[in-house]
Amino acid sequence: MKITLNHRPSEYLGETLTVEELLKWMKFTFPMIVVKINGRLVRKEEYRSAAIHEGDQVEAIHLISGG
Amino acid sequence: MTLIKKKLAKSCVGIAGCGGLGSNCAMALARVGVGKLVIVDFDAVQESNLNRQYYFRDQLGQKKVAALRENIRRIDPGIRVEAHDLKLDAAGVTRVFAPCRVIVEAFDQAEMKRMLIETVLDEMPEKFVVAGSGLAGWGQNNALHTRRSGNLFICGDESREVSNALPPLAPRVGIVANLQANQVLEILLGEPTTHKKNK
Repeated sequence: MKITLNHRPSEYLGETLTVEELLKWMKFTFPMIVVKINGRLVRKEEYRSAAIHEGDQVEAIHLISGG
Repeated sequence: MTLIKKKLAKSCVGIAGCGGLGSNCAMALARVGVGKLVIVDFDAVQESNLNRQYYFRDQLGQKKVAALRENIRRIDPGIRVEAHDLKLDAAGVTRVFAPCRVIVEAFDQAEMKRMLIETVLDEMPEKFVVAGSGLAGWGQNNALHTRRSGNLFICGDESREVSNALPPLAPRVGIVANLQANQVLEILLGEPTTHKKNK
């Protein structure tokens, strides 16, 4: 399955992928992330159920403490 | 310039958190004449804040929202400041920032940053969020940037987290706060046009 992750083409084995699986795959263990699929926000409560499909544009924006 | 002033005077901007980012960003927006600012924080001014936050020694112990309102008033008493001494949660965000077109995310903790961003993008989709992410330490001017994702703008280096070795310091915090203020202006006024007189 080919998707775009943070504006770069990426490829994954398998035909389905949830946000949770993607974050695990990418080793994004950093807990504070904002995720969007095709510009639509996915809240953290939906990571386990939200499905990513072929051709989707996925953004994972890390949030860094400090202000 | 009159048109710009009029547009800004009619604008309302929210500031979520009045620490290093929020206090400096609010002062920049006050100086250019943003008509209404909704400022929110639950903390009091401490001595350790003075290395970067827009407060003064004689304000130690005061609530940040009260001190910030006073500092804004000293620049422009015509600016309406709605001050909330409050720890924000999702319900608070949708309530206090309802009148604002743009909300500046100026929290310290990443968990709070996410709460604010998710709440606004999900529940107030007509609004813009200008967030700060990555401002610790010093130097590396060129790592500081602004990135857009729909109605969300991220200002900072997106990598350096505050720690004992990388404290938050006035120059870099101030740069990011002013990147945020500058982005707010672009949202409120549109992109500047060049080669035009009578602005």
